[in-house]
Amino acid sequence: MSVREAELHLIEHGREVPHLGEQYETIEQQNDAYTIGMWAFIVQEVLFFGGLFAGYAVYRFKYLYEFVAAHHTLSVVFGALNTFVLLVSSYTMARAVRAAMRQQHKEQFKYLLWTIFFASIFMVNKYFEYSAKYHHQLIPNQSYSAEEVIHHNHLKVENGMVDLGARKVSLEEFTGRTKLFFSFYFIMTGLHGLHVLVGIIVLAILAVRAYSDYIRKIPHADYMPVEMVGLYWHFVDIVWIFLFPLLYLMGGQ
Amino acid sequence: MATHHHEEHTHAQPVSFYAKTLWVLMALLVVTVWAGFLKLPDWLGITVALTIAVTKATIVIMNFMHVRFSSKLAWLFAGAGFFWLIIMFAFAFADYASRHWEPVQGW
Repeated sequence: MSVREAELHLIEHGREVPHLGEQYETIEQQNDAYTIGMWAFIVQEVLFFGGLFAGYAVYRFKYLYEFVAAHHTLSVVFGALNTFVLLVSSYTMARAVRAAMRQQHKEQFKYLLWTIFFASIFMVNKYFEYSAKYHHQLIPNQSYSAEEVIHHNHLKVENGMVDLGARKVSLEEFTGRTKLFFSFYFIMTGLHGLHVLVGIIVLAILAVRAYSDYIRKIPHADYMPVEMVGLYWHFVDIVWIFLFPLLYLMGGQ
Repeated sequence: MATHHHEEHTHAQPVSFYAKTLWVLMALLVVTVWAGFLKLPDWLGITVALTIAVTKATIVIMNFMHVRFSSKLAWLFAGAGFFWLIIMFAFAFADYASRHWEPVQGW
């Protein structure tokens, strides 16, 4: 018998809170343990992304002009649109959690689907963004070329030197340093995108569960899985809240 | 929905609470994009962008992630992450910022 079947069995036999583990005194204690465990996971995720942010900050400071030039090739419109989409998805997620807490499984199902929908829009946008970068040879591999960065910023190249206004660097150095920017860009947004994909899968599993609870008219389903995935989803939103200004917006003078 | 059974205590808030949170986040998004187009000096641009980002993140953590309503232990766990993050940033930046001081005379 699966955990789920065991839960349903207990519900049929009239136990009020079938999902209370035997190691807990009360459901509040169990829920608190869930929350703290999830936060412990999120904290290590914060530090995981934090290391990348620290690396990006160090190199942006070191190669400011090159990084700013490379940053100008990113589309603020796409970045802002994706921020908008993720913020709305956080709202629909919060509504799904609220519905789960109130045992409104149809509403819970509906808002989980909306969250998956907005998450998918985010991924589609990212696909178009990545394709454009591929088209402009801005993927940091052997075929990388800084030509698009130079062209986009109307930089002058004379005798193999790139004129950055404040200083000149050799084309070789300029290529290497802008390539470093795109390495950070693809690793950071790529890892974030991977988190969005994982989120979509987990949300889909929750949606199936919500629908099953709705069909079976379960009066006391455990809402904590939805609350926990909600924490994860909002965390993914927060990472983007920092990625957007740091990568897309900060084009210093 | 009429419920006669024992209600489990939850952090569920009125819909307006989540809607208002979303509107504030959207307003901050507009402000940060607008500030990005202002062509501010680099240090000021970073300060404005990061201040808005930290504000947005705090709102998400407090309202959407329900930390506002969570136990003291949950506060401690959530706070600890950002405390360690600050330590990591401070030590990493202090390292890179002080590298050109070497070699120090007399050491």
